[in-house]
Amino acid sequence: MSIDATDRAIIEALQGGLPLVPQPYLEVAQSLNLEESELTDRLAAMKESGAIRRIAAAPNHYKLGMTANGMTVWDVDDAVLNDVGPKIGALPFVTHSYERPRALPDWPYNLFAMVHGSSREEVEEKRQEIVAILGDALRASDTLYSTRILKKTGLRLRKKGD
Amino acid sequence: MSQLDHIDRALVNALQDDLPLTNRPFLPLAESLGISENELLSRVKTMRESGVLTRFGPFFDAVRMGGAFCLCAMEVPEDCFDEVNDLVNAHLEVAHNYERSHKLNMWFVLGCDTKEGIQEAADKIEGETGLQVYQFPKLQEFFIGFRVAA
Repeated sequence: MSIDATDRAIIEALQGGLPLVPQPYLEVAQSLNLEESELTDRLAAMKESGAIRRIAAAPNHYKLGMTANGMTVWDVDDAVLNDVGPKIGALPFVTHSYERPRALPDWPYNLFAMVHGSSREEVEEKRQEIVAILGDALRASDTLYSTRILKKTGLRLRKKGD
Repeated sequence: MSQLDHIDRALVNALQDDLPLTNRPFLPLAESLGISENELLSRVKTMRESGVLTRFGPFFDAVRMGGAFCLCAMEVPEDCFDEVNDLVNAHLEVAHNYERSHKLNMWFVLGCDTKEGIQEAADKIEGETGLQVYQFPKLQEFFIGFRVAA
């Protein structure tokens, strides 16, 4: 989609978050000298095009007691990845699952699955379910636990001219 | 762990669904939970301040805006980890960054509204730190979702 100057101003106004007031769209519209209906029409168009995935909360898994955050990584036979990938992605404890390129020889893994749990033991148990699904297609795997959040701000656009 | 009651937990789940584009978007959810709009907003603010929610608002998809996201990793020597961390985090394109238990011990996501922006940011980080930036762009996605027991 093409983003015009008004869309861009809307994105810049909202990338830090939506105001937590009863009429948030009205407040943002007023700050941008727009009618509320123009703002919501533009946001609806951005959702339609996929530029906005959803307007929602981002939870901090650590603060919700999910203190073990394991990025499980797998070297899976490319020939079966499209068969097993959706099965891994559909597991209730897998929050994100992606195919990514390998970086040989240092990094042989082509499938990533984020597994959250209240302990590393729990993540390890869940991991075994993935091992079972992958079966013979599995060549190597590893789990990278996050030990610290170093930054978490979400997407920020540079202002034009920066 | 923060003390969340059952209403907070229901809010964490419900607020991960799309907020409607209406004049009073929080009202239907408040009513369904049997609380006032103001109580709902005050609970969300408290969870924002305590860090239970890291943000609340639109999730922009850089790809659909003509840009890109890319997961990147670096092998950072322990003795200069903090220094490298400051250099990496100073880039606006770094949307989030985690330390992880691996030889590749720093994992961050670059997000830009142009495809070239990813390579430019990665090149700058390599230049500033003298370390290789491994790029792992997503080739396909299999699922997204997260729910706490409410």
